[in-house]
Amino acid sequence: MATKILTEHINVPGIETFDVYRKQGGYTAVEKALKTMTPEAIVEEVKKAGVRGRGGAGFPMGMKWSFLAKPEGVPRYLVCNADESEPGTFKDHYLMKNIPHLLIEGMIISSFALGANKSFIYVRGELMYVIHILEKAIAEATAKGFLGKNILGSGYDLELVVQPGGGAYICGEETALLESLEGKRGNPRNKPPFPAVKGLYQCPTVVNNVESIATTAWIVNNGGDAYAAIGIGRSTGTKLISASGHINKPGVYEIELGVPVEDFIYADEWCGGIRPGHKFKALVAGGSSVPILPANLALTLANGEKRLMSYESLSEGGFQTGTMLGSGGFIVFDETSCIVRNTWNFSRFYHHESCGQCSPCREGTGWMEKVLHRIEYGHGHRHDIDLLVDVARKIEGNTICPLGDAAAWPVASAIRHFRDEFEWHITNPQEATQPGAVYRGEMALV
Amino acid sequence: MTTETNNTIQFTPERLAKAQEIIARYPEGRQKSALLPLLHLLQEQEGWTSPEGMDYVARLLDIQPIEVYEVATFYTMYHLHPVGKHVIEYCRTGPCCLMGGEEVLAHLKQRLGIETGQTTVDGQFTLKEVECLAACGMGPVFQIREKYYMNLTNDRVDEILDELSK
Repeated sequence: MATKILTEHINVPGIETFDVYRKQGGYTAVEKALKTMTPEAIVEEVKKAGVRGRGGAGFPMGMKWSFLAKPEGVPRYLVCNADESEPGTFKDHYLMKNIPHLLIEGMIISSFALGANKSFIYVRGELMYVIHILEKAIAEATAKGFLGKNILGSGYDLELVVQPGGGAYICGEETALLESLEGKRGNPRNKPPFPAVKGLYQCPTVVNNVESIATTAWIVNNGGDAYAAIGIGRSTGTKLISASGHINKPGVYEIELGVPVEDFIYADEWCGGIRPGHKFKALVAGGSSVPILPANLALTLANGEKRLMSYESLSEGGFQTGTMLGSGGFIVFDETSCIVRNTWNFSRFYHHESCGQCSPCREGTGWMEKVLHRIEYGHGHRHDIDLLVDVARKIEGNTICPLGDAAAWPVASAIRHFRDEFEWHITNPQEATQPGAVYRGEMALV
Repeated sequence: MTTETNNTIQFTPERLAKAQEIIARYPEGRQKSALLPLLHLLQEQEGWTSPEGMDYVARLLDIQPIEVYEVATFYTMYHLHPVGKHVIEYCRTGPCCLMGGEEVLAHLKQRLGIETGQTTVDGQFTLKEVECLAACGMGPVFQIREKYYMNLTNDRVDEILDELSK
């Protein structure tokens, strides 16, 4: 039986309430942390666990915590990034609405470890009903003495604030999130200084994803070594995967990292296979920003071994033959999917969501969307494909924040692996623009 | 330059109390952090984020109106023009489209007789296309206020509109 760190109790009726969560062993980690551990000991356990940031970047969480500056007389802040907006990703939404106390317990432990007395959960504004769920859970936890002044008689104080966003994907970038939390436009900041030195209100700040913070209760209860024993290599622990697209069982699944991609797609325990009568064509494994892979590369490494659901295995081969685990937004495409149309769709998303601060991103995303639109609608030119590659290359790495990369990678990878499909659109515009028309040329369907 | 107007917008006593509670959440001198929550509160009361309402929020926070305008125009959730009774925010992004989102959107437009960004003549519905609503496994999806409507089909859209039109 696979270990469930985050979702073991998620289907227990009433688990969103304090009392039911408590009956399932909830808040014992807070008791243990505040009564028997020092902040430094908690940081040490998180480091031992080897948790990598679950928002998409995969940066080691314990290392991020250890960077936090600790000047005397200056407040420190923990900010939970719950601005989940990456197409294909809906795991934080699922976690917060179903088991809000798990996040709150994690926030208390993490805030204690970091020496923060006021912490924020920044939730995308679209999830207003989730915001109400969190606020209710915070009120319950406060009434029971797990939040507020002198928590459990430990002398530690913590106030937890839920902040609604206003609808902007860029606010998932940590410095843009901090700007937004300060009541400004969500424009990313130049780094350095990093938030660990100058973050919210120019004070030392840690920004962590919902899923990352939610793991801390289990780590405190079971130890960092136990967490590190789950998973594979440097991909320790479990990961929530949001599965969507042409599969039989879309949903959020908690897996131990290291499961073969093939098993995740076809096993009844998870996605349950490609929808009946269809074949697997392509995969976006980690949210819309990561490179798309054709079916054969999604399932198999260059050496013939099975590709695994882990940070290392998914990126094996670099971007030529690999991708990224990212946020775990797992989108499956069958043979009815038009890669050009999907690429245009994602490109439209990034153009819409660019904050407009950097010229390569502001202009480049719009340019790519326009070129992809004309290819999709039968007006492409022969040089458009190379133009797209060139624009993507000029955006990548040339912006303040990673949104530029996120916009460039889907386009570059789609052309890398499905160039013949783009060419077909340009050379056969009448056929390509028929309703439901999809390229049926040479490609490895599984 | 400020653009003070002779507006009469103000929060109801309950909302004003809520606004003051929100402002008090932030450290001394950091009351501007309350701006996004207060704009949500304004829109909840007025139905949209009007210039007069933004001026009122600026006064509550003791900041310049321009600071409110530049924020309200950046985020997509604030309606900068009057909208209908029900604002349908339809997800147009990849995973929803894979599950037939474009076809259902076409049906929705036909049924309402409007295009994206428009409001029905009876003032009941405004249609907005939005980017990913973080419910990709249950697409196609749209949102009306705080409620998500998922796994949409043409028939399901008709049922929802019939129910809301009553």
